[in-house]
Amino acid sequence: MDGCVAPIMPAVAAPAIIRERGQREVFCGLTGIVWLHRRIQDAFFLVVGSRTCAHLIQSAAGVMIFAEPRFATAIIEERDLAGRADLDDELDRVVGQLLARRPEIKLLFLVGSCPSEVIKFDLSRAAARLDSRANGAVRILAYSGSGIETTFTEGEDACLTALVPSLVASDQAQLVVVGALADAVEDQFQRLFAAIGLDRVAFLPARRASAMPPIGRGTKFILAQPFLAATARALQERGAERIDAPFPLGIEGSTLWFEAAAAAFGIAPAIVAHAIAGPAKRGRDAVAKIAAELAGKSVFFFPDSQLEIPLARFLARECGMHLTEVGTPFLHRDLMARELSLLPPATQLAEGQDVERQLDRCEAARPDLVVCGLGLANPLEAMGLATKWSIELVFTPTQGFEQAADLANLFARPLARRARVKV
Amino acid sequence: MQLTLWTYEGPPHVGAMRIATAMRGVHYVLHAPQGDTYADLLFTMIERRDRRPPVTYTTFQARDLGADTATLFKNAVREAYDRFRPEAMIVGASCTAELIQDDPGGLAESLGLPIPVIALELPAYQRKENWGAAETLYRLVRAATLGAKPQRGAFSVNILGPTALGFRHRDDLAEITALIRALGISINVIAPWNARFADLQRLPLAHANIVLYPEIAGTAAAYLARTFGQKTISTVPIGLNATREFIAELTTLADVACPDDIEADQRSSWYTRSVDSTYLTGKRAFIFGDASHAIALARVAAEEMGFTVVGLGTYSREFGRELREAAAQYGVTPLISDDYLEIEAAIGAAVPEIVLGTQMERHIAKRLGIPCAVISAPMHVQDFPARRAPVMGFEGSNVLFDTLTHPLMMGLEEHLIGMFREDFEFHADAAPSHLGGDVAVRPETLVSGWDQAAEAELKKIPFFVRGKARRNTESFAAEHGVSLITIETLYDAKAHFAR
Repeated sequence: MDGCVAPIMPAVAAPAIIRERGQREVFCGLTGIVWLHRRIQDAFFLVVGSRTCAHLIQSAAGVMIFAEPRFATAIIEERDLAGRADLDDELDRVVGQLLARRPEIKLLFLVGSCPSEVIKFDLSRAAARLDSRANGAVRILAYSGSGIETTFTEGEDACLTALVPSLVASDQAQLVVVGALADAVEDQFQRLFAAIGLDRVAFLPARRASAMPPIGRGTKFILAQPFLAATARALQERGAERIDAPFPLGIEGSTLWFEAAAAAFGIAPAIVAHAIAGPAKRGRDAVAKIAAELAGKSVFFFPDSQLEIPLARFLARECGMHLTEVGTPFLHRDLMARELSLLPPATQLAEGQDVERQLDRCEAARPDLVVCGLGLANPLEAMGLATKWSIELVFTPTQGFEQAADLANLFARPLARRARVKV
Repeated sequence: MQLTLWTYEGPPHVGAMRIATAMRGVHYVLHAPQGDTYADLLFTMIERRDRRPPVTYTTFQARDLGADTATLFKNAVREAYDRFRPEAMIVGASCTAELIQDDPGGLAESLGLPIPVIALELPAYQRKENWGAAETLYRLVRAATLGAKPQRGAFSVNILGPTALGFRHRDDLAEITALIRALGISINVIAPWNARFADLQRLPLAHANIVLYPEIAGTAAAYLARTFGQKTISTVPIGLNATREFIAELTTLADVACPDDIEADQRSSWYTRSVDSTYLTGKRAFIFGDASHAIALARVAAEEMGFTVVGLGTYSREFGRELREAAAQYGVTPLISDDYLEIEAAIGAAVPEIVLGTQMERHIAKRLGIPCAVISAPMHVQDFPARRAPVMGFEGSNVLFDTLTHPLMMGLEEHLIGMFREDFEFHADAAPSHLGGDVAVRPETLVSGWDQAAEAELKKIPFFVRGKARRNTESFAAEHGVSLITIETLYDAKAHFAR
C-alpha cells in the first residue's frame, strides 16, 4: 500500500448503530432477475406473482432492451384466487407454453413473489414436479424473490441458494468464486488466479446451466458479493469451506481478497504480490486521479444492496471521503467482520430503514454526495444535494483492480457534472 | 394465470398514485409489502418529478404477517398525517395487502383523523392502472361533492382527467386551457392536475365537464352528470377535425361565438395539402395504444394524413366497444389485447409502413424495420420532452403532423431509392438517411418456390413494401397453380393486384 491509503485501524468499540423499522425505500428480490438473466445465458426466470411484479421488473429494467426477454411473469388472476382454477394446473400450462416457445432454455427458475408466498403456493414442490416431468431436458428450480422475504440483492442470494442442491458432488480441491460478476471481471480474475498458481477456479453462477461447478469437501469458496449469506450457509452444508475476506472493491479490497484466496491454498503472499503488482499499480494510479476530486467530501449512504459497507470502506480509505452515515438493509456481522474492521472507527452505521427519518438526517447533514435509490435521487437533487443512484453500483462492473477507477468515477461523476453545468 | 412478458398498464394502485401525485394536499397511505416502493421511480425518474409522490407505504415483511399488520397500517396512517398534514387522505391496499384483508378503510376511519379519509377498493387481480386511476378520481369526487346543492352562475366548465405520469397531459392541458380561454369560456376547476380536495368540492358549480382522458375521467364525469345534471363533453380534441368539433360542441353549449383567429397558429392543414406531402398518400398505418389515443390517431391518420389504416387496437379492454366501432369504420379487425406477442404478430401480418403505438410497439417496429411514432402511454422518459409538445388542440395537430411524418422516408428520397435500387449505399435495405444508415431491417426469409432471378428482383423492391409484394406474389402463384415463381410471375402478380 502506498501513502494515499490510510493504515488499517485497530478494532475499536463499534459506534452505536441506528436500527430502524419503518417505510423502506428499497427494491424487492425480484429485481435481481434483471442481472441474473444476463449472467446465466440459458436460464429463464418465471415470476409467479401479480401485475405489480411484472410492472416492477419492467420498470427496474428501465427500457426494454431485449427482443424477447428471458424473464416473464405468470400473473395470478381472480379465478386462481377464487379457486375456480387449480393453481398447479395453471402453472403447468404456463410453463408448458413457455418451454414450447423457448426450447433453448436449460434452466428455469420459478420465482416466488409476495402474493404467491401469502397464498402459500408451494413453488418448490411445483418445481420438483415439473423438473421430474421434464426428464432432464430442462432443470426447474424455485426460489423466492418476494419483498416480504428478500431485499433487492437478497434475490440473488435466494437464487444461488436454490442452485446449490442441484450442484454435482465432488471432493476435488478447487476454489469457487461466489456471486454474479460481469464477464470481463470474471475473465480478469481467472487470469490473475492462474498467475497466482490457482488453476482450478470456478464461478457460481456460471454463464451456462451446464457449466455450474461441482461442490464438496475439497471446495473452498470466496464471496465476490457481500449479500450472499444464505448461499454461503448452503455451500458450507455441502462441505465447502468459506474463505473469509473483505470484498474485491477498490485496490485494497481486491488485494486482500486475492491474498485470502491464495492463503487458503497455502500460497505465499509474495507470489500474490508479484502476480497482482501490475494491475494493482495501474489501478492505484487510476484511482488516485479520481480520488483527488473526492477527497475531503462527505458521503451519505441510504440502505440498498448491502454493498454499502465495502463501498464506504473504499471511499474512506482509498478516496479520502468522510462517511456521514452508512445505511445497509442488513448487517451480517460474520461476513462483514473484515470490512467493519477497516472502516474508520467513528463511522455511523444504520441498519434497516425509516425513510422519512433518514431523509431528515440526510437533509440536516447536507452531505456532498448521497448514495440512494432511484425513487429518492431526483427529489434530493431538487433539494440541492448531489446523488449517485445505487442501482448503478450493482449493474456496473466494479470489482477488481482494473475496475477500481471506474468505481471511483461513479461517485465522482455527479460531482463533476455539478461543477461543469452552469444552469 | 396469464403469461406476461411486458405489461401495458401497471396495477390499479399505480393509477391511484397518479391521481394523488397530480393533486395537492392529498396523501395516499398504501398497505403494501417491501418492494412496492419501486413505483416512486415512475414519477421521480420517468416523469422527472422533483418531489416524491405523496405516498406512504407500510412495507410489511414476512415477520409482520404473523404479528399485527393492522397496527402497522394504523401507525403508518397516523405518522403520515402528523408528518405531512394533508387536507385529505386516500387509503388502500396493493395486491399483496388485498390478500391479507386488513381493511385499510375501516382501520383509518377508526383513527378519527380530522380530514376526509377516502377508502379505495382496487381489485388488483382483476383491474389495472387506468381503471384504478378512474376509480380513485371518482371516489375522491364523490366524497368531495356528497350532498352538494350547487347554485350555478355564468357558464363555466371543468376539465377532468390530466394526471401525473400521463401521456403529454401537462402540455395538452396547457393547450386546451388556452383554447378555452380564447373562446371566452371560464374554467371552474381542473382536476386532478394541481387540484386540492377543496377544488373538487366546487366541481358541481360548472355547467359541463370536459373529459380530456376518458380512461381516467369517464367514471367521475358520468357520476357528476347523473348527480348534478352537468353536461359531458366527450370529444377528445386530438387532431384538427376533432379539435374543431370540440370547439363547436363547446361554443354551442356556452352560446358563444368562436373567434375568427382561433386557428391562427394551425399549420397542419396546409402542411398536409402541401405538394411534398403527396408521398404520404395511402401509407399503411398500424395503430395501437390506449383506446382514446388509438381511436383519435386512426382518425388523424386517415383524414388528416391520408394514410390507410391497416390495423387498430388497444390494451384498454374497458373501451372495447368504442374501439370496435372505430375499427369497423376503417374495415380492419379490432385488436383488443394486452398480450405483447399477439400484438407483435398482428403488426407483422399487417405489413404496415408506419406504426403509431406505444413504447412497446416502438420496439416491435424496430425489430421489424418499420418506422414508428409513439402516440400513447405506457410512459417512457422520452415521452416527457423538455419542450411543450401537446397532442391536443391546434398545436397538437401541428405536433402530430411532425410526429407522424418524421419517422418516414421523405418523398424524394423514396423515389430515388425506387430509381436506383442497386446503388451501393442508397439501396433498398438502407434505412431513411436521417435515421442513420444501418438501422436493422428484418432479414428476408424466402420461401422455397422462388427462382433465383425472381428472388433477386424481389430484393429490388423497397423493403417497406417488399413483404406485401412477396405475400401477394405467393398467394397469386398458389391461386394460379404456379409452383416456381419467376420474374414473370412477380410482374403478373403485380399487375393482378394493381390498384
